[in-house]
Amino acid sequence: MIDLNAIDLARIQFAFTISFHIIFPAITIGLASYLAVLEGLWLYTRKPIYMTLCRFWMKIFAVNFAMGVVSGIVMAYQFGTNWSQFSNFAGSITGPLLSYEVMTAFFLEAGFLGVMLFGWKKVGEKLHFTSTILVAIGTLISMTWILASNSWMQTPQGYDIVDGRVVPVDWFEIIFNPSFPYRLVHMGLAAFLATALLVGASGAFHLLKGSHTQVAKKMLSMAMWMLLISAPLQVMVGDQHGLNTLEHQPIKVAAMEGHWHQAEKGEGVPLVLFGWPNMEKERNDFAIEIPNVASLILTHSLDGDIPPLTSVPPEDRPYVPVVFFSFRIMVALGILMIVLAVTALILRKKGKIYERKWFLRFCVAMGPSGLIAMLTGWVVTETGRQPWVVYGLQRTVNAGSPNSITAMSISLLIFVLVYVCVFGVGVRYMLALISKGPADDYSLEDDEHLNKRPARPLSAADGVEI
Amino acid sequence: MHFDLPTIWAFVIGFGLMMYVFLDGFDLGIGLLFPFIKDKHERDIMVNSVAPVWDGNETWLVLGGAGLLAAFPVAYSVILSALYGPILLMLFGLILRGVAFEFRFKATESHRPMWDKLFFVGSLMATFAQGVAMGAVILGFQVKNFEFAGGGLDWLSPFSLFTGFSLLFAYGLLGVTWLVIKTEHGLQKKMRSLIKPLTLLLSACMFIISIYTPMVNESVRDLWFNLSNIIYLVPLPIFTATFALLLMGAAHSKDEYRAFICTLCMLFLGYLGLCVSLWPNIIPPSITIYQAAAPTSSLKFTLVGVVFIVPVILIYTFWSYRVFRGKVVDTDGYH
Repeated sequence: MIDLNAIDLARIQFAFTISFHIIFPAITIGLASYLAVLEGLWLYTRKPIYMTLCRFWMKIFAVNFAMGVVSGIVMAYQFGTNWSQFSNFAGSITGPLLSYEVMTAFFLEAGFLGVMLFGWKKVGEKLHFTSTILVAIGTLISMTWILASNSWMQTPQGYDIVDGRVVPVDWFEIIFNPSFPYRLVHMGLAAFLATALLVGASGAFHLLKGSHTQVAKKMLSMAMWMLLISAPLQVMVGDQHGLNTLEHQPIKVAAMEGHWHQAEKGEGVPLVLFGWPNMEKERNDFAIEIPNVASLILTHSLDGDIPPLTSVPPEDRPYVPVVFFSFRIMVALGILMIVLAVTALILRKKGKIYERKWFLRFCVAMGPSGLIAMLTGWVVTETGRQPWVVYGLQRTVNAGSPNSITAMSISLLIFVLVYVCVFGVGVRYMLALISKGPADDYSLEDDEHLNKRPARPLSAADGVEI
Repeated sequence: MHFDLPTIWAFVIGFGLMMYVFLDGFDLGIGLLFPFIKDKHERDIMVNSVAPVWDGNETWLVLGGAGLLAAFPVAYSVILSALYGPILLMLFGLILRGVAFEFRFKATESHRPMWDKLFFVGSLMATFAQGVAMGAVILGFQVKNFEFAGGGLDWLSPFSLFTGFSLLFAYGLLGVTWLVIKTEHGLQKKMRSLIKPLTLLLSACMFIISIYTPMVNESVRDLWFNLSNIIYLVPLPIFTATFALLLMGAAHSKDEYRAFICTLCMLFLGYLGLCVSLWPNIIPPSITIYQAAAPTSSLKFTLVGVVFIVPVILIYTFWSYRVFRGKVVDTDGYH
């Protein structure tokens, strides 16, 4: 029997609700930029296919946005209900950053989302396109505030501690803390990749079914170009992010690598391909290693050393297996993405990209891989910084609220039930919209829907029953 | 009273909370009225009357939560952890009704009754929880060293349950008077007939809360039963009673806006009375806004955003209500 205390339950609850939530904003970020590109291409080329695609993905964007808003309300309150000591200690910094995120999101919704979703026939083409671009920029700004807050918790600076509480001193230093630029670019690319993989899978799905062929080809083609550029770029950014982490949170990197002990001089650190990190015996069981490769990746020399896990006492180490395996899943998926992108390029050169069944199936299978890689990446960075909630300043065990185990267990159970039901229906609805596909001969003039009064994001989606 | 940063922020948060209560109040109220209206067509009209605005209304709740964390982290952490039960009940309620709201239009006919039920239950949970939270805040929390030091069920008391029921009448009345503006014929008639009984119930609740609060809260007692204050304070209950009477008179008035406006005034005065009673405490019975405030640098930094963005949100809110003014006659405006 696993012995869970109230803090463990609070951590599980946070991990569960934030993991559910992050999926929706990530797709919002990716799709918003995709929509801006599609609308731009339509204005430039006037080819109807871009308009068809734009209207189609806008419906899915609308449903997804609504899910993000609903699941986001929970996040705004959870810091107080479950993490009151953290809010009390660091709220003076994370509070303002979160407030700016909320204000940006509402500013965006207030100003431009309505025009983008419902204003097709009510404003000029240029103004509409401007709104779409501003929605895309708005989602990126929103992400920026959240990542500034998270990065500050990982690599805090620009503060003082007065009477046991954080006092902000220099907001520029707080926002532009050392890990912020790397995390921001890494997450932005992750959102784009996840969206490209979803779009590509949707295209491949319709090609396999033989429906909406022209539109499906365009989706697949655009997604594979995007993947070809972003996936290798993400590897480079990830590498830089890793080096930054090595500088500021070396123990997290040691956990990612399963690196327990100081290497002998000149020996170098091996790359552990697989193994089972054993926390008690401070070693990896069943390890398969390649000598010196971790040194090469992390220090760019064959015998460079990195601080091992045993350089800090056991109570200052994260739970290694979670970090270790999440990291490997993320990296493996990243490699698969590059394989997919390169395969697509080769098939494209041969003119077979829309025909090879095995390739199309591969695309469909890779549909959720971007989201899974993103989630495991967050698990690496969030579990890897344990036992700290604010790195070096506040331990997670000292960050909770005085809730009983009973209260935490009941609330967790209800969260799981409600989320699975509610967002399950939402996700099913999005998938139903995708599998129904776009209208084949879409034209703005014939769209009855747009003549109705604009209402709510979800009312932009129709045509499928639950 | 001088206008330093914590005071300004108390007004910002107080204003945001009031906007939330007024705006989400009437659309939660519409959910509460569902059991009284069985007709499918009439239910569609009710929901359509708030369809374009309901999620905008909830933005004030998120803004309030984030703003409270930014400006008064101590209040945020103490109040939210003390109110664990009601806050979670509210969140689950809001999720349920939000999703039911959207999906009842997209559901197949056989699933529709289920979404309608969820819409009612969600609205009920959220409203009741907010009322309970209000009562618990009035009674105050046990705080030690700026952290909540009470038990997990401290929020539960006969008084907080009573305020929970009271808010049902308040939001119900907001919903009813809103629908008088937005509907016609039979549905409007039904709504008009609900005004009087609901006003009586709400007035009784407000009266009991006003009598009970000074009995349990010492600083409230000192404030109200003090000869030098009473001249300034006595208009509050007098005006509240006046608006209650006006509201009952407006039940069958030709001016369809009158009842809604009277309800808003009545609730505003009640809210004002509550704020005046608790001032300058943000965590009753003893922690003031000054003790709970974030450092000056946090208050300043966030206020810049509020000054620019909140007016824009207000203008947008005003604009969208203008666009959607008038009667909801048909159901094809949505879905």
